[in-house]
Amino acid sequence: MDFWTLTNAVASGLLIGLVYGLSALGLSVIFGVIRIVNFAHGEIMVMGMFFALVMFRWLGMDPLLSVPLAAGLMFVFGYVLQRVVVSRVSHLPEHMQFLLLAALAIMIVSALLLIFGPDAQGVEVDYAWESFAFGELIIDYPKMFAAIAAVIVASLLLAFFKYTTTGKAIRACADNRMGAQVVGLNVDRLYALTFGIGAACLGAAGAIILLLFEVHPYLAPGYTLLAFVIVIIGGLGSLFGALVGGILIGVSEAIAAILFQPSMKTAFSFGLLILVLLLRPQGLLGKAAR
Amino acid sequence: MILSVTGLNLFYGDAQALDEVSLEVAAGDIVAVVGSNGAGKSSLIRTIAGIEKPRSGQVVYKGVDIAGWPSHRICNLGIGQVAEGRQIFAGLTVHENLEVGAYLQRGRHKRAETMERVFEMFPILRKRADQLAGTLSGGEQQMLAISRCLLGQPELIMFDEPSLGLAPTIVQEVFGIIKHLNEDGMPIILVEQNVAISLRMANRAYVLENGRIVLTGSGDDLLRDDRVREAYLGL
Repeated sequence: MDFWTLTNAVASGLLIGLVYGLSALGLSVIFGVIRIVNFAHGEIMVMGMFFALVMFRWLGMDPLLSVPLAAGLMFVFGYVLQRVVVSRVSHLPEHMQFLLLAALAIMIVSALLLIFGPDAQGVEVDYAWESFAFGELIIDYPKMFAAIAAVIVASLLLAFFKYTTTGKAIRACADNRMGAQVVGLNVDRLYALTFGIGAACLGAAGAIILLLFEVHPYLAPGYTLLAFVIVIIGGLGSLFGALVGGILIGVSEAIAAILFQPSMKTAFSFGLLILVLLLRPQGLLGKAAR
Repeated sequence: MILSVTGLNLFYGDAQALDEVSLEVAAGDIVAVVGSNGAGKSSLIRTIAGIEKPRSGQVVYKGVDIAGWPSHRICNLGIGQVAEGRQIFAGLTVHENLEVGAYLQRGRHKRAETMERVFEMFPILRKRADQLAGTLSGGEQQMLAISRCLLGQPELIMFDEPSLGLAPTIVQEVFGIIKHLNEDGMPIILVEQNVAISLRMANRAYVLENGRIVLTGSGDDLLRDDRVREAYLGL
């Protein structure tokens, strides 16, 4: 294998990895603040994909233009889900919360199957086959645009948590829930906002990734698993770690696909996961448990 | 009366934590609530603050019964709290802690000037403004907790064990701050295990035992009371 083949694979993996990273951010935000593991993660992302698909078919809208709409719609979905459903089980043991969200995941997949059927469907944008080249490094437009969009959304999210008062209040809830109550933060509302924001990331990631892959309802569990792997590799609770983990997984999958064969790529990511768990169980950017 | 609590009952499951507790705070008061560990002192504060929901009873603040209201609404009415264990946001900077203290409507529009005021009160916090709050010493964290409370523009502050875990010199300083706030007109509820100091500061005091108020009177009265001397002062 020559240098350029490898470089192309790494570049392509890096771009896709950024979109994976955005999706993993959605999981990390929700877990980091509400301490709920969102087992309906991939399903919410696939809802974003189908939304972008409908907008493309119906209005001819580029999936990238659907990103804000998909994010907004999933924000509302996540907000209501936390307020009406998840908040009622947050005092119960973890396996019961897990069952609730796993059940929700099954319901979403079934509903999508009823509406859209089981076949893979995709969009074809004008620039689908266009690319540009640096020497022998060839970058596809869709992958590049997808990565740029993912970086923009992820930056907005990080800036929200760093600079806005509401973002700081949400971090305060995550840091010390009792302290948050003491200063009179409306913890229930901030939790709902957080779930909404996490789901909005997924809606955005879904709309973006529709540029690259076709969508069908059964994609969802795979995305859930992928996000878990990324978040554990990057470090639970570290937002930046989720992005780094996403890039690592994207690149390692791409390398696995050319070194061995494409169907080996998942085995490769799980191999990476096991390696991280053995050598650095708190994840690359995670803090050791106190 | 600014605050009058009547017949408050609180249960954790079947266990009764507060039993017909009544208490009053007038303008300019320092009201001390003393009692041993587990007597219900923190439960009383948490119930007034709306963090725990009472089964029955009234909490009338400025003429409105707020018993059972959610904590953010009670805070927004001006009842502030400096909680046991300080409860600062260790992973946020000092500055961010203060900003979050002014998150509610009540504090938000006066944020800048109050921040300046607490920085003048506690210059060390200005120096450490960009440091993570978890890196502060215990005394500094207590100053931060008090400042964070002030950012919410309270008109009544409840202190829960402010001396706990602090070095004796710092304890003196913290009680000095409380006294100073009171002299500026702030009514205060002070819950303390350090019975001697808190009774000396208080103009009215309550002794809580097993969730019940068993004694009440001026701070000086209770300091002279034989039962208090025996049970809490070891005299």
